Amino acid sequence: MAKRAAPEVNAGSMADIAFLLLIFFLVTTTIEKDKGLLRSLPPIDDSEVTPPIIKQKNLFTVLINRHNQLLVEDEEMQLKDLRQAAVEFLDNGGGTNAAGETCTYCKGKRDESSSDHPDKAIISMKHDRETTYEKYMDVQNELVAAYNILREREATRLYKKYYPNAEKVFTAMLEEKEKNQFSKDEVLNERIETIKNLFPMKLSEAEPDKD
Amino acid sequence: MSKFRKKEKGELPAISTASLPDIVFMLLFFFMVATVMRDSSLMIENRLPSADQVEKLKKDRTIFIYAGKPSSQYKQFGVEPRIQFNDAFIGLEDVQSSIYQGISEMNEELQSKVVVGLKVDKDTNAGLVSDIKQELRKANALKVMYIANARKDE
Repeated sequence: MAKRAAPEVNAGSMADIAFLLLIFFLVTTTIEKDKGLLRSLPPIDDSEVTPPIIKQKNLFTVLINRHNQLLVEDEEMQLKDLRQAAVEFLDNGGGTNAAGETCTYCKGKRDESSSDHPDKAIISMKHDRETTYEKYMDVQNELVAAYNILREREATRLYKKYYPNAEKVFTAMLEEKEKNQFSKDEVLNERIETIKNLFPMKLSEAEPDKD
Repeated sequence: MSKFRKKEKGELPAISTASLPDIVFMLLFFFMVATVMRDSSLMIENRLPSADQVEKLKKDRTIFIYAGKPSSQYKQFGVEPRIQFNDAFIGLEDVQSSIYQGISEMNEELQSKVVVGLKVDKDTNAGLVSDIKQELRKANALKVMYIANARKDE
């Protein structure tokens, strides 16, 4: 009997099947990119040490009440003015830090009645239990923005020469660190630390009162 | 009249579509690899607040905690904001154990760098969030990321 070749399978509909699968995955795919504000919580401290006394002028108090109104340094304020107020407070440099140095890089008003040094300047934030999370995040965002503005300014002053094309030098530095996360770049890390130490983020949050 | 008629001049040959399945398969594989199936379905309303000072989140070292009002299918749980972890509502007292469970499921070298991602609905009371933060402090998970939608810098 003559050998007959097996008939070839028609592959014409292969593309259709593949398209069907493709469309399924296209629809179900969500390429997620979560972003947010990174903050560190203070560790629980049980030791009975009396907290150091902080001068009132080194403290920038932000209160949010249950009606989402803002009280900054005992005065009512709109959210849009908060960023500038925080920058002015941090950048004031009216006195000396713990080591007795004056803030040479501050460009503020050097007002005696405001913060002494970015090292000492503390932003204290307190909210009510009934405050909405949205408002809370808005305020957090503005305060983090104030620190970022000042850090950008210092990074531009110190390291602009290494990043001549970057619009935001500090962001560019952080991005470079992110890119080279597997090969440690000591110089870059040191520079980032320097900037962070010029304006250390001292943002404390008080627990809301329980009633 | 000849049996084999000459082809008319100027007729374009049909484009071969034989490689079309290959191209489609290539795309298919890309999307199959890039797809992340949602592992926990949300039982709460989750409209995130927006912020412009956002940083990117490293997914491999993150434990997510959700909070918000129960969504319309879960009306029986009331209207008060609830905390969700993985697939279930948890009480405030379970946050610590959930965090420990989440950490133990992670890669060992990342366990010390754990970040807790808080996906909280924007209409939730900030009091609930500060309660969660207290629990996180007790669990010694101190890095927190408030997840937000990125908004353009003005």
